[in-house]
Parts: sequence; C-alpha cells; structure tokens
Amino acid sequence: MTRRLALPVISLRFVAVWGRNWLVWRKLALPSVLANLADPLIVLFGLGYGLGAVLGTVDGMSYFAYLGAGFVCSAAMYAATFESLYSAFSRMHVQRTWEAIVNAPMNLEDVVAGEWVWAATKAFAAGACVLAVVAAFGYVRSPAALAALPVIVVLGLAFAALGLAINALASGYDFFSYYMTVVLTPMLMLSGVFFPVDQLPAGVRAVSVVLPLYHGVSIVRPLLSGEYPSGWPGHLGVIAAYAIVGFTIAVVLTRRRLLR
Amino acid sequence: MSAVALQVRGLRKTYAALEVIAGIDLSVLAGECFGLLGPNGAGKTTTLKLCLGLTEPDAGDIRLLGEPVPARARAARARVGVVPQFDSLDPDFSVAENLVVYGRYFGIPERVIRSRIPELLEFSGLAGRAAAKLPTLSGGMKRRLTLARALVNDPELLFMDEPTTGLDPQARHLIWERLRQLAQRGKTVILTTHFMEEAERLCSRVAIMDHGRLIALGSPRALVREHIEPQVVEVHGAGLAAWMPDAAALTPRQEHVGETLFCYAADPEPLLERLRGRADLTYVHRPANLEDVFLKLTGRDLRD
Repeated sequence: MTRRLALPVISLRFVAVWGRNWLVWRKLALPSVLANLADPLIVLFGLGYGLGAVLGTVDGMSYFAYLGAGFVCSAAMYAATFESLYSAFSRMHVQRTWEAIVNAPMNLEDVVAGEWVWAATKAFAAGACVLAVVAAFGYVRSPAALAALPVIVVLGLAFAALGLAINALASGYDFFSYYMTVVLTPMLMLSGVFFPVDQLPAGVRAVSVVLPLYHGVSIVRPLLSGEYPSGWPGHLGVIAAYAIVGFTIAVVLTRRRLLR
Repeated sequence: MSAVALQVRGLRKTYAALEVIAGIDLSVLAGECFGLLGPNGAGKTTTLKLCLGLTEPDAGDIRLLGEPVPARARAARARVGVVPQFDSLDPDFSVAENLVVYGRYFGIPERVIRSRIPELLEFSGLAGRAAAKLPTLSGGMKRRLTLARALVNDPELLFMDEPTTGLDPQARHLIWERLRQLAQRGKTVILTTHFMEEAERLCSRVAIMDHGRLIALGSPRALVREHIEPQVVEVHGAGLAAWMPDAAALTPRQEHVGETLFCYAADPEPLLERLRGRADLTYVHRPANLEDVFLKLTGRDLRD
C-alpha cells in the first residue's frame, strides 16, 4: 500500500514509451499537421474577421490577435487532453500496450511519464501550429512570441497530467465526455480565450484564477503582442503546479488501477 | 546461472477480503519446463504477476533469477520474457516494428534488434513476414509473434500465460515444438495452462493450484501414479443405472457425472469382460492421465 502512494521516480526509460508513440504518429504525420493548421485557420478566419469586424478592438488589440493568442493555448489544452484521454485509454485498456511494456524492465511510472511527455509534445505541435497561423496573418508583433513555445509545453504537461488522472479512473470512452463537458468547456469560457475575464461577475472571476488555461492565456497573449507578460512567474507557477501535482496523482491512480 | 530459477516462499496476496494466494512455496529449477495448472480463479495469473513484480505480495519472498522481487523486479525482468494471456501486440506497427519497439523497452539498440529479427521470425514461423501489417495476421501468427517478442532480449526464463488458448492444432503444435527447442537451449519455461495434455507433453514438473494454494506438485507421471488408479473406463448408455452396482463390485473407485460413469482401476479386465457385447452400454478404456488427477483434486464443479 505504501508503495502505491509513493512519489513517482522518473527514469529516462520513459523515452522508449515516447518513442513508441512518435513512431505511430510519424505514419500519420501529414494529415495530423494539416488538421492542426486547418482547424485554427478556419475558425480564426471566421471568428477573427467576422466577429472581429463587429467587435472592433478588444483590450486594445484587434479581435483576431486577441482570439489568436487564446487559441494558441486552447489548442494546446485540447491536444494534450485528447491524447491523454482517448489515445492513452486505447493504449492502456483496449490494446493492452501498457501491460506489454511493464512486462519488460519498465515501471508503470516510466509508462505514465512517457505518455505525459508525449501528450505535451502533441500540445506543443498544436499550439505551435496555431502560433504559425497567427503569425502568417501578421498578428505576431515581436520575436518574443517564441517565448510562448515553452509556455505551451508546460501547459501541455498540465493538461496531460489531468487527462492521465481522469484516464486512470475511466471505465470507458463515455466517461471522458463528463470531463470534457463539465471541466474543459467551462474552462474555455472562463479563461479569457474569447473575451476578457473582467467581463465576468466577480464570483465567477475568482474561479478563473484557479484555472490553468487562464494562466496560460495570461502569459501567451502579451508575448504575442510584444508586451512584457507581467506576473508571469506566478502564472507559470500555477501551470507547473498543475503539471507536477497532476502527474503525481495520475501515477498513484494508475498504479491503483493496473498494479493489482 | 543459479540452479534455482524461481524461488517462492510463503507467498500470500489478498484482494479486499479474498485471499487469492494463500501461502505458496515452490521452486523452479533452471532449464526446467514447469507447468502451473488450475481452474479459473485458482490464482495462476496472480502468481505470475507477483513473480514479475507487477503487484506486491502481502507476505512471502520471491527470488526470480536470483533477484529479490519486487525490490529488484526491473533487473529480473530484463532477463525474462513474457507471453501474456491476451494479445498486446501493437496494431499500428508491422511485425518487425513490434519487435524493434519492444526491444527498446529493454534498452537494446535498434541496430542489434534489427540484426536479430530474421532469426526471431524464422524461429516463430514468421519468416518473410517482417513487413506484414498486424491486422493481416491470423490469431496463430499473432501468438507466434508474441513469442518472438518475448525472446527479443534472449531471456533466461520465459513466462507463458496460457500460450495456446484459442489456437488451432497446427498452431498449437508449432508452439509446443518451439517450447521444446527453447528447453533444449537451456531456457527455463514457466507456463500456465488449462490443457492437461499440453502440461503432460511439455512439463517436467507441474503444480496444481486451487483456491490460492498448491494442492499437488510433481512430474505428470508421478502425479498420476500417486493420486489415481492407472486405468480408466468411461461408461455411458441407456443401461447405465441398472448396471452401476456391477461396476461398484468390480472396480475400487467410480465417479458418476451426469450420464457417464468413470471407473478407475489397476486391473479393469473383469469390468471390460462384463461390458463387451452389451448393446445398451458404450465404453471407452484408456490409461489415466493428468486430467483425471486434476478433476479428482479440484472437483468437477464449474468455475466461473
């Protein structure tokens, strides 16, 4: 029992698990990258130009630029979530890939860590693609925008950790719709992706402050428009805390599920 | 290599209130093919998981290839191959990629694995199939690929959890043949099975498990000798009920199961004499086997 609650010890062996997923992804890389580009392209074009024409400027910037920065973060959130819920569940439960791996000299921590970093990699790819689209439309104001890339990785780690914890509790794919509907969709609305959070009533705004997506947007948006992201250590600290605590919980829950 | 490949002492494991492993002691010698038999739910798979360090025992000591488990399970697993009960091959990969990716989990460089692939595929009857996609393989081929995958690290010991369940006779015989070859190369094999014929053919020793305990241990032949009369006559037919008192007088032990009477005897000749020429009774005379021992020790009730 004590072993089950022990803190995860990550060894570099997790790279082999990451490598397994990378090899699968490489086979489908082109359609995957195209989807990562086409999706924000279509939505940003529609909402950014269409809705932007009605709204004018938001928080002193064009709505396209405002929304683009939000989408960089929400794309990372959804990419990490899908990978750590549906894809990880397929590998864990349906294909029994994780069971095969732990029969080799690999620990369950190595497996969960490999999936964790892999989902963050997908989040990075998705966020970077949106960033490229926003830049292509000319809404990235400074090379400082490149500093958003590591932020996307940490954000990806946070959502991957939450996803893997949910994955360890799931009885089937249907279980994930609760998480998507009850947690992620409200988070998308409350994190300043579409509109500034100060439009929200004070009580609801208090909720925003505990959401990792809000903190991601709070760093990424100023970086894209060439401003200094004030308070970034605090924002990044919250995201990193979600990543680290979430990963620990995910490991403990996955042990409980599989090592019995 | 130590002479004892697997040593288990006082092993116990409880789930909720149910003691699934209730004190097991056994040792498997290096180079031996050892069979773990038992009805569903007897604790076979749990025993394997405990020996691999995939779950923690509540009590007891395990030494796998000299390494204490679970403390040094990782080091032990590096020298072990596992053929799990359920298919866990990677459906997104080709045959060769399955082996390469699995070898990486052992830290084996891709170059080394690639150089071993032809030999591994040859051994498992998959020569020339390196590029085949997984969905194109039959159940038997997947099983053989799982065996090849378990050999990717050239293990000293192989765990096989019901290696031939669901296979056709051809595929089953190929697996048996390969297991014999592995034994000849000095590999230790520990397998679980429901098929007594399989255990009798392959295993130098078997342990019969039930309710988390070992209830018999020895060579298949010794178990038959020790636990059961050497000859069996199975009788069924319309006249069975009326004829049963005769059987009771002529054989030391009978078992009546449904429509069939199993008569166990050292010398069944008097019984056979009475049976010959009877139109209302059908019979089969055969030597006693491990399945008779198994059913005697674990009972005939269904286990679900």
